[in-house]
Amino acid sequence: MSDDEVKNPEKPGRRYFLETVTGVVAGAGVCGAAWPFISSMNPSTDVLAKSTAEVDLGDIAVGEAKTVEWQGKPVFILHRTPEQIAEVRKSVDTKDPTPDEQRVQKPEWLVVVGLCTHLGCVPSRKDKGWFCPCHGSVYDNSGRILSGPAPKNLILPEYEFLTENRILIGKKEG
Amino acid sequence: MSKLMSWVDARFPLSKFIKEDLTDYPTPRNLSYWWNFGFLAGFVLVLQIISGIFLAMHYKADASLAFDSVEHIMREVNYGWLIRYVHSTGASAFFAVIFIHMARTLYYGSYRAPRELMWWTGQGLLLLLMATAFMGYLLPWGQMSYWGAQVITNLFRATPFIGDEVVVWLRGGFSIGDATLTRFFALHYLFPFLIVAVVLIHLVALHSVKSSNPSGINLAEKDNIPFHPYFTAKDFYGLGVFLIIFCYFVFFMPQFFIEADNNIPANPLKTPTHIVPEWYFLPFYAILRSIPDLLGGVIAMGLSVMIFAAMPFLDRSSIPGGARYRPFYRVLFYVFVIDVIVLGYVGAKPPTGVLVVVGQVSTFIYFGLFALLPFLSIKEDKWLRKRGLPAEVDVLIKSESEEIEKKAKKNT
Ligand code: FES
Repeated sequence: MSDDEVKNPEKPGRRYFLETVTGVVAGAGVCGAAWPFISSMNPSTDVLAKSTAEVDLGDIAVGEAKTVEWQGKPVFILHRTPEQIAEVRKSVDTKDPTPDEQRVQKPEWLVVVGLCTHLGCVPSRKDKGWFCPCHGSVYDNSGRILSGPAPKNLILPEYEFLTENRILIGKKEG
Repeated sequence: MSKLMSWVDARFPLSKFIKEDLTDYPTPRNLSYWWNFGFLAGFVLVLQIISGIFLAMHYKADASLAFDSVEHIMREVNYGWLIRYVHSTGASAFFAVIFIHMARTLYYGSYRAPRELMWWTGQGLLLLLMATAFMGYLLPWGQMSYWGAQVITNLFRATPFIGDEVVVWLRGGFSIGDATLTRFFALHYLFPFLIVAVVLIHLVALHSVKSSNPSGINLAEKDNIPFHPYFTAKDFYGLGVFLIIFCYFVFFMPQFFIEADNNIPANPLKTPTHIVPEWYFLPFYAILRSIPDLLGGVIAMGLSVMIFAAMPFLDRSSIPGGARYRPFYRVLFYVFVIDVIVLGYVGAKPPTGVLVVVGQVSTFIYFGLFALLPFLSIKEDKWLRKRGLPAEVDVLIKSESEEIEKKAKKNT
């Protein structure tokens, strides 16, 4: 402690500066040390590696829906009939209005993540769309939310058509 | 023996501790059986830790093995069925005991000064208990386990801006899976010991402010009696009654608290038609569902648990204690209890028709009662003062405070 500070303890001097700097460095050190632990709880690389799924559409008849697994989540693939397409193209009067054109790559194939956007239950198939058993959300044949507590339309996964009848769900890494 | 004791006492205040905090610990002589539940909660905590450790010796925290390892415990491990049923029934017993303990505190106003820290450490214990129970429920890896965890972890999506990242981080994957199961197991094993630590703090606070009592009046020395033998006897008698009920469930209705759907192994592609949480979460779950908006629902549910902590501030009465001498507060208390039961019923049923409305009205009443309390307690206070407290209460308050003052004077 400098003489100055002994005589005048009210006035913070070098000591105050050193304390603050030490505190800041220690705090940053603790945060830095915590990061590996926090990060270890994120998906591991082997989980990330399995983040795409290839699906053969050949065996899904017109008007039929199939559930496939992607990243541990169900994905609904619906082979829509012309009537179903016509119906969902008619109106966009839903809670989260999006025209059907923006939700599909090819009008006859609807690909959506099969988890209710409310709290993540798997909605069950009804002829007009899907119905979530957990809290009663209703989705149409475009996966759009019609009623119930769910705030958003069913999520669209990224996918691309590899051939006429094969799709790849999820992004290829690198 | 006494030689050994004095050797220890010279180094550690053992006999002082036994005398002051166990045998001669001054306890209000008018405690009713409602004051048994703290002790019972401690007993169930120990029971859960012991049965849990023995289950962990046979359980496998691995998504492909977990369900079968529970079956293995049930069928092949010696007395495995017993240990598991004690543990699964114990979880329900724990909440039952804690809810009664809380109801007693609310009814008799035990949360009021100087016991606010007891109430708040208790609030922390409630949160820890809920977290522990929730994570433990995933471990059997049945359908209800899986989808319960799915729904609850999804609540964190309501976190502003980074909701989706938080959910993935909590699960360690894009959905509930092996990573989730192993971390829940690790934390489910850790949390009980955190609970033990907070219980110790709770008890240190208790022994500094001492037990409340049904009158709500601070009792002078003449109305306190030593804990042993009076309350050791009373607590153990209560324990006997508790164990009779507990054993009835363990041996005769062990599946009562287990959802039938949980006997089906977890299937990530299929949700059971009707998801219900464990009974002790039902009222809070009903509040979550009553708000049509996700973020709003999550906030309301969080608030419905945390709002208890505000009780010392909301209750503005100057009349000692809780419902005993305060008719308005008593009405409020009973309406609250009925409301919670209604919410629990709504939470257990599918959300259709009038039940939605009933749930919303009950949610409104739930929070309305807390909001009403500050005004009502002031009104009630004025009304009671004007009317005069019952004669015997006045006499009691006076005599006890005189006694306490006399003692204080003597000491100075
Ligand atoms: S999870 Fe589908 S409605 Fe709540």
